[in-house]
Amino acid sequence: MQRQFDWGRFLLIAIPFLWLLIFFLLPFAIVVKISLSDTANALPPYVPTLNLSEGWSGITSFISQLDLESFAWLLDDKIYFLSYLNSLKIAFISTLLTLLIGYPMAYGLAKAPQRWRTVLLMLVILPFWTSFLIRVYAWIGILKPEGLLNMGLMSLGLIDQPLAIINTPTAVYIGIVYSYLPFLVLPLYATLEKLDQTLIEAALDLGCSPIQAFWKVTFPLSLPGVVAGCFLVFIPAMGEFVIPDLLGGSDTIMIGKTLWSEFFGNRDWPVASAVAVVLLLSLVVPIVIFQRMQERQREAEA
Amino acid sequence: MKETLAHFKKLAMSVMVATTLALSTTAASAADRSLNVYNWSDYVDNDVLKEFTEKTGIKVNYDVFDTNELLETKLLAGASGYDLVVPSANFLGRQIEAGVFQKLDKSKIPNLSNSWDMINERIAAYDPGNEYSVNYLWGTIGIGYSEEKVKKLLPDAPVDSWDMVFKPEVASKLAECGIYVLDSPSEIIPPAMKYLGLEPKDLSADNLKKVEELLLKVRPYIKKFHSSEYITALANGDICVAIGYSGDIFQAESRAAEAKNGITVKYSVPKEGSLMWFDQMAIPKDAKNVAEAHEFINFLMEPKNMARISDAVSYANGNKASQEFIKKEITSNPAIYPTEDVLKNLFTMLPFDSKTQRLVNRTWTTVKSGQ
Repeated sequence: MQRQFDWGRFLLIAIPFLWLLIFFLLPFAIVVKISLSDTANALPPYVPTLNLSEGWSGITSFISQLDLESFAWLLDDKIYFLSYLNSLKIAFISTLLTLLIGYPMAYGLAKAPQRWRTVLLMLVILPFWTSFLIRVYAWIGILKPEGLLNMGLMSLGLIDQPLAIINTPTAVYIGIVYSYLPFLVLPLYATLEKLDQTLIEAALDLGCSPIQAFWKVTFPLSLPGVVAGCFLVFIPAMGEFVIPDLLGGSDTIMIGKTLWSEFFGNRDWPVASAVAVVLLLSLVVPIVIFQRMQERQREAEA
Repeated sequence: MKETLAHFKKLAMSVMVATTLALSTTAASAADRSLNVYNWSDYVDNDVLKEFTEKTGIKVNYDVFDTNELLETKLLAGASGYDLVVPSANFLGRQIEAGVFQKLDKSKIPNLSNSWDMINERIAAYDPGNEYSVNYLWGTIGIGYSEEKVKKLLPDAPVDSWDMVFKPEVASKLAECGIYVLDSPSEIIPPAMKYLGLEPKDLSADNLKKVEELLLKVRPYIKKFHSSEYITALANGDICVAIGYSGDIFQAESRAAEAKNGITVKYSVPKEGSLMWFDQMAIPKDAKNVAEAHEFINFLMEPKNMARISDAVSYANGNKASQEFIKKEITSNPAIYPTEDVLKNLFTMLPFDSKTQRLVNRTWTTVKSGQ
């Protein structure tokens, strides 16, 4: 018997693939193309080295002249590596801080009485109703020397000199943790809420203390939520531009700001694109490897 | 079933009606003329814009930027959507080369006869024959300072010299009340070279290294590099010294005076020499409302209109005929309209080639980040 071609199944898989193709691969291909081009004082400010209209000869001349100049440039100057490392550090620490604040929040949400949950969830989502940019600007008003925080602490007599927070890395951490907290809380809440309560009861019955039950049952089972939440914070924080630009000082170098200055200051789109390509690859490759490992582990356990 | 069908018909009808309505409104709005202007922040008298709309019926969508780099990237990407932009002349020069702008139709700007030859001649170095641009305003880069605060910390502060920021002994004292510097390498590095006694046009790697050393020494005393925040910061006393654009500092002066907060902001063109710049109105090649842009330029070139803008923002303009309508305290202020003496200390810069641009920007990153 010949099996019928399953159109439903095909469509189900094709749609997300098509989505990725149009909104991820295609733009990425354009960025790669620009990164291989040469700069020029023109409109747009680069000359593509790949000329498809010349057909095959265009492709061969492109390959023979491929010099990866922009990528080589990234190795020449330590600023790119330094800003990459600094972004990595800031993204890592802020993800950790977000997790430390977000986990208890998500846990509390999941444990809250049913009638409270909707209201509490709304409170997490509510800040999204205001523009992200305005919320970051508001932090300037809170953190600046004569801002709300310093005035409050001084009037309470806790400090006599205003704390220098604005234009420092501390302000960047505050900005990132604040802005991305809901991205961690929501997936984590979804995981914790679905958690099978009977497992915890069983653990308690078998002699676990509540704390032991948490670490032995709740936490391991919430790991998928933790991982998803952490990725949702870490990845955008890595390429963050607005928060370090508004809250950070001139000496807070991050890859997003370096990219900006390549693009705007130097008018060097090829180098800017090369930075973007390297940033993307350095994020996507480890994440894919991590996912693979997780899958294998799950299969081994099953 | 019949009922649902009827319901459907009704729905279809209303959708059709709505579509026709929407189409007819778009047709009507096409007749509404509009103009998209992209200009520097704090750089216009809003009443002049309002009057333009009242007179011509052209709606003005007015956006602002605060660095040439931002404007340039939008222009080079193409399809910026703007009909009139105002880059500084040195940036305009290479944007013309890149093919960003269209030539002006001077027959549509009869008021060009009001323009000032002295300015046009200087602009010709960037825009040969003044074919692509008309001067909007011009000014200098200099030092803005809060008189009382500086006096308190340093009674004999060298207010007429770059020593205020570039000399560590002075800057370290003034750092206590706060120093801001324009975040614009192309406008800070040339005066710094002049301060060191170097030729500002010779932007070799060696010379830039010297500038870098100079600026790194004072870097710890600079609170922030920013191209527009210093107006407010100077006016309300958050800082006491800023390297900035002349007119911006005068705006800080008048804001402080209005606030009556005991702060007197002053401006000086350092005696070692400083930059003179020109901001030019130009029309991008892909502008949609070209006729409106010409009308707008012509409107601004009416002497009284340009005079009102100069009054509002304290910058000199390139409109000779408008000079008599400008407030006397502006035209007689040597910091706005430099006297021959001051003029001798002022210099202009030509566009950088891309290699120099990269060196200049890299020096700047090092200065700002210490990396």
